[in-house]
Amino acid sequence: MILFLILAGLSIVFSLLVVFQRNVIYSAMALVATLFLIAVLFLTLEAAMVGILQILVYAGAIMVLFLFVIMLLNPGLLEGRSIAWWILGSLAAVLLLFVLVPFLSDSGRLLPGQAPAGGSFGSPESLAQSLFTDFVLPFEIASVLLLVAIVGAVVLAKREV
Amino acid sequence: MIVDIGIIAAKALMVLSMVLNLAGVLGWIERKASALIQDRIGANRASIFGFAGLGLVNTLIADPIKFLTKEDFIPPKGDRLLHTLAPCLALFPALVAFAVIPFGDILVLADRTINLQVANLNVGILYIFSMASLSVYGIVIGAWASNNKFSLLGGVRGSAQMISYEIAMGLSVMGILMIYGTLELQEIARAQGNLLWGWLPAWGIFLQPAAFLLFFTAAVAETKRIPFDLPEAESEIVAGYHVEYSGGKFLMFFAGEFAEIVTAAGLITTLFFGGWQVPFLMRDGFHFPWVGTLFLPQLVVALLQVGAFTLKVLFFCWLQILLRWSLPRFRYDQVMRLGWKMLLPLALLNVMVTAVLIVAWQSAPLKP
Repeated sequence: MILFLILAGLSIVFSLLVVFQRNVIYSAMALVATLFLIAVLFLTLEAAMVGILQILVYAGAIMVLFLFVIMLLNPGLLEGRSIAWWILGSLAAVLLLFVLVPFLSDSGRLLPGQAPAGGSFGSPESLAQSLFTDFVLPFEIASVLLLVAIVGAVVLAKREV
Repeated sequence: MIVDIGIIAAKALMVLSMVLNLAGVLGWIERKASALIQDRIGANRASIFGFAGLGLVNTLIADPIKFLTKEDFIPPKGDRLLHTLAPCLALFPALVAFAVIPFGDILVLADRTINLQVANLNVGILYIFSMASLSVYGIVIGAWASNNKFSLLGGVRGSAQMISYEIAMGLSVMGILMIYGTLELQEIARAQGNLLWGWLPAWGIFLQPAAFLLFFTAAVAETKRIPFDLPEAESEIVAGYHVEYSGGKFLMFFAGEFAEIVTAAGLITTLFFGGWQVPFLMRDGFHFPWVGTLFLPQLVVALLQVGAFTLKVLFFCWLQILLRWSLPRFRYDQVMRLGWKMLLPLALLNVMVTAVLIVAWQSAPLKP
């Protein structure tokens, strides 16, 4: 429980830093820290596979590409946003909160640290079992979607200017 | 309870100190090896009160003193915080990645079963890959925080190269995972103790020779050493991402690189060369085919296994150093072409061929 509070608190602090930093690199690194902390939260919930995949895919690959692009473009410090931006942003955040609240209140009312999952839950075997038997169609559709995105990116990049 | 915690702490400390010390020793071996290869004498100037006899010991003492007493320079227009953070980000993943690599079978001491592995995660190898993917940040952040064009070029090269080769590295071990049917490195190492046709150890190298070549190439590229040292490339961009680093922080980058070599060697050993397995050595002694059996006490077996693991790791460290002083550097487009157009398709092909063979094998009437 204490571990959860520390991790959750830190991840909230870092996710706020993502938004409130002027320097884009600092924002990106704060996002990396947030993703890493959430991965550790998954680890404490006996979901090692999800946690490790979170680090591998999000913290380790996608954020590196973010940084790569930021470094290539090398933008300076962001100027302060106008009031309208802040209002719009807050509005969007509140809307998202309304979407999330029903899920949060209905999620079985389990306190962290009391995860009932045990045994093979979250193991690579059980994950693969459900991915390749029960959910094989969505899985394949998602992979086709990714393929379409890759082909589209190649076509765009190869276009004669 | 106390004893259990003590055992875990002792294992963690042992592996951590082994990786760190081996990194230090490799720094000396690298200089001596380069001298040997280039027909020089090599590091022989470190002497304690005029006594230069023990080259290794002297250099091991002299190196840290030299590094730690140098000025720690932070570029005035650079970013102080990130400049300091970057070496830690480079060293940390390299040191913790070794935790899931098993260095021996289980050891039974006074009715206590000790698994000779620091952390037995059921995601095993994915943990190492995730740590390897985090090690990019040290380079990228260090390069950016130095506020130097050469650094930035090195950082951009490094991030692109490591992302590219991570994919090839991950796919190349797929065949191994399919054959042994697990992600746990201890299980993989144990499965390699089986014998094929009663005489050939079921090591990864015999079952997946192509995967070994692909994985070894990708692992060398991940450690960013010649022929893949594009992020450093002294003759092109001075020293790349750590141009602006000196003193202790440079030492951390340096140690991180050698720790990565040790981890790569450990992973290659575990996946393809039986890990801690000694051929024909079972838990109760040697079982030679056609010859006979030699029973050994359990402690001797464990020592032999740990010794075999250490020897194999040292061999692959040596092989990487040998490679670094034998090959020229690739051009940048060649690195990208090799990664994306050769390693990646070959790794995919390897996965397909392995899958077909496994299905054919399982439906075949004769199994070993």
